[in-house]
This record gives sequence, structure tokens and C-alpha cells, in this order.
Amino acid sequence: MSNTTSDILLLALGSFGILLAMTFLGEVLRARQPADTLNPVLDTYMTRVQSWWGMVTFIGLALISGKVGVMVLFAFASFAALREFLTLTTKAQADHISLALAFFVVLPLQYVFIALGWDGLYTVFIPVYAFLLLPIVSALRGNANRFLIRVAETQWALMISVFCLSHVPALMAMQIAGYGDRAVLLIAFLVMVVQLGDLLEYFLGRRIGRTKIAPGLSPKTWEGLVCGVVSAMLIGALLNWITPFGVFGAMAMAGAASLVGMFGNIVFAAIKRDRGVKDWSHLIPGQGGFVDQLDSVIFAAPIFYHLTKYFYG
Amino acid sequence: MKLLRTFAARIVGHAIRIFARAITAVRADWQGIEPVPRQRVYYSNHTSNADMPMIWSVLPAALRRTVRPVAAADYWLKNPLRAFVGPEVFNCVLVDRRPEVNDKPMDKILAALDEGSSLIIFPEGNRNMTEDPLLPFKAGLYNMGVARPDVDLVPTWVANLNTIMPKGEVIPLPLICTVTFGAPIHVAEGESKDAFLKRASDALVALAPQVQS
Repeated sequence: MSNTTSDILLLALGSFGILLAMTFLGEVLRARQPADTLNPVLDTYMTRVQSWWGMVTFIGLALISGKVGVMVLFAFASFAALREFLTLTTKAQADHISLALAFFVVLPLQYVFIALGWDGLYTVFIPVYAFLLLPIVSALRGNANRFLIRVAETQWALMISVFCLSHVPALMAMQIAGYGDRAVLLIAFLVMVVQLGDLLEYFLGRRIGRTKIAPGLSPKTWEGLVCGVVSAMLIGALLNWITPFGVFGAMAMAGAASLVGMFGNIVFAAIKRDRGVKDWSHLIPGQGGFVDQLDSVIFAAPIFYHLTKYFYG
Repeated sequence: MKLLRTFAARIVGHAIRIFARAITAVRADWQGIEPVPRQRVYYSNHTSNADMPMIWSVLPAALRRTVRPVAAADYWLKNPLRAFVGPEVFNCVLVDRRPEVNDKPMDKILAALDEGSSLIIFPEGNRNMTEDPLLPFKAGLYNMGVARPDVDLVPTWVANLNTIMPKGEVIPLPLICTVTFGAPIHVAEGESKDAFLKRASDALVALAPQVQS
């Protein structure tokens, strides 16, 4: 077993340990309750923990299986996210072909380019080529009604669900001196610091949060955000052994990713509020949709990718 | 041979449900009723040929076994494949829409109800290609409600299929489809046909998800 694989297993075991503790906590709380009382908060918590078990398992298996597994997992996540996003966007029958191209051509090609490591192409394919080509396809059908809104929202959906999210597996293609084949661990690092930072932001924000960041939009508070980012930095420091960043570098990278991710979550809250929905879909029990679960990772991924490339690549 | 066909019908049914779920992540939203075995007529909006398979796919197995979609014979008997899928996979009640045939569709529908089956019907009669949420309902729903007043008439809104698979397109778009079941209605004592159909239509439109865009 290679070093990288044993590190992934170690991280997976660590995550399972945390989940085991969380499951245990939930069961203890449940056991202390009279059987006939309802506790929706506890039920939601337990459903979420169950979903996390699944997620850690899937990500762990994908990381161990290597490039193909990671590409398939994130291509599927992109597909699910794009489906949730485009379900809510403005569209007309004139966009049918361009939307089909987005799902069945642009999305798979983006992941093929990433698997091949063609960074000159996958960093411009959606922002340039899809950006120009899909509106042409829509325009040829001759329906100008709300045209700019339609093409802009479609492009936003692709940027978020495919372009940004695909920067997570793109970390595997990163060439870092002295880091060898361990770039896959950057995925584990990014996902763990961002998601654990979110989780701690949620819990700490509930306890000590006072000042809303975006009142009427998101329950996030400045106090919670600072606690969450600091927690993410500490977790980043603890995980620095899987990165090429060193202790302080890992803290800075974790902090940057977590901060961008939290603001990303507020952006998604604004979109959901605008469209009058609470969740993006129902596909992940207790969490809502894939976009609900991945929103912060989606925002953090391209920033994390480019910071890594600029400072360590 | 009979057993083989029944077996094949079940396999095809599973394949259709898996396909529907993989593409549209279709799910049921039980707003007005519980998914329990009761005799019901699910009446639904109709924008696409995939409407009926979607409703059929979200019904739990126990309900699916007793439900019979009411469908057009000219569509489902067009070729041998459809003649297998319509009557044997979906167990359709086939009615003939051609004016020259005196088929008495209501007799077949009432016979199916008297056997204890639930039904899926599309009271608009045709696929709705307009911008309006619903076409005016045909009288069938009212006649069923009068003839079998104990049966629950359940408004069933299928969302998004007109974008997923509009008429004239070949590739289905993988968007999320939701099937919403509303509270059952019945024909009230002395209610006129037009008043009932208006009420039924309003109850159905009220289920359409309000996504502003």
C-alpha cells in the first residue's frame, strides 16, 4: 500500500471516528427522551449524520480508487448540481438544444479535459467556449423573449455546477515539486476544512451569534463566521501533514477556502430566496440538494486551486 | 408464455421507473393525501407523453399494482412494442378517441372502477401546448364523480415535464420533476357539471409550484 493510500485510509478512519462520536451523541440524546416526544432538531441532526456517513464513504472510496473514481464522483455531483440549478432558471423551448448540450456535452467534456490534465483548456472551456457557443445555439431558434436572462442564467448554472465544482478534482492534476502523486490529498484537505468549518460555524454561530451578516437572507452571523474560519484554520493546521503547505501555509489556505465558502453560502441563499425555494432539491436526506451540501466547496474550489497553483505550483 | 410476458412486463416497468428517476429524480409530494391503498382517480395535467409514466413511477408498489392509467388506444396500439407496454406494463384502460368508433369509454372506465382499480386520467383530453396552465376539462371526470361518488378524485400536478420533454424535441432534459398530490374532491350534491369542472381545475392549478423567474 502506498503512502498516499494509507493517508487516505487514515483520514477516512478519522472521519468515521468523528461520525461515530456524532452518531453516539445523537443516540444518547434520543435515549434520554421519552419515546413519545417529538424532537425535529434531533431528527434532522440524525438524518444529516446519516447522510455524512454516505458522503465520507463515497469520497473515501473515490479517492482510494484514483483518478477515474474521483472524476466519476465529481462528474456525477456536477450533474446533480446542474440539474438542481437549471430546474430553477429561466428557460424557453428555444433553449432546449443548448441545455441538452450543457448536460450531455459540456459537462462530460470538462471532466475529460480535467482527467487528461489539459489545464490550458479546462480553465477556459466553459467561461469562453460554452459562454459563446450556447447562446448562438439558443439564438438560432429565433425566440428573443427574455433572451439575455435565459442565456445568463444558463451560463451561471454551468459556471457554478460544472466549472467551479470541477476545480476540486482538478487539484489532482496539480504539479507540485516534492509532492509527487499526493495531490489527491488536496481534495480531502479542501473538502474537510470547508465542511468542518461550516459545521462549526453553524453550531458556534447558534450559540454566540449576534450580528447578522445579511439580515433577511441568511442566518449567518459575523461571530459565527469568525469562529468557523478560525476553526477551519486550526483544522487546516492539524491536517498540514497531508499538504505541501507547511503549518502556517495550511492555516492560511484553510482560512481562505473557508471564508470564500461561507460567503458563497450567502450567495446561494440569495438565489434560493429570489426563486422562493428553501432547498435546491430533496436528494440528500436532511440536507436538501447537492447544491445545498456543496455550496461552500463550490465557491472555495477555484480560489483554492489558483492559490495553490500560484504559491506552490 | 403468459408467465414470461408478465415477468417481462415487470422488468420493463422497473426499467422505466429507474430511467425516470435517473433522469428527473422524480419524487412525490403528498400534500393532500397519504400514500395508502384507497380507491382513487388521480387526475392530472398533461403536457408530455411522459406524464403518465412519471405518476406511475412515484406511486408506492402497493398502489401501483392497483392503478390503471386511462389512455388512448390509437397511441398505445400503434405498434407491437407500445401494445406491450401500454396494456401489459402500465395495465392501461384503453379508450378509443376516434369519433367514428362508438366505443363507450365511460363504460370501460366504470368497469375498471367496479373491479376496484384506481385510475390515472388526463381530463384535458389532449396534451396542453398553450401557455395556459390547463386546457378546459372534458366531462369525463364529472361523469365518474357522479357515477361513483365514493371514489376520491385526487388532483395530481406533474411539474416541469413540458420543459423536460416538450413536444417536438428528441432529447429529454434532466431537470427535476415533482408530482404533487392534492386533497381529494367529490362532486357535491346538486353541483352542475361546469361548476364542478371549474372547481376540479382550480384545485389542480393550485398545486403548481410557485417558482418565480
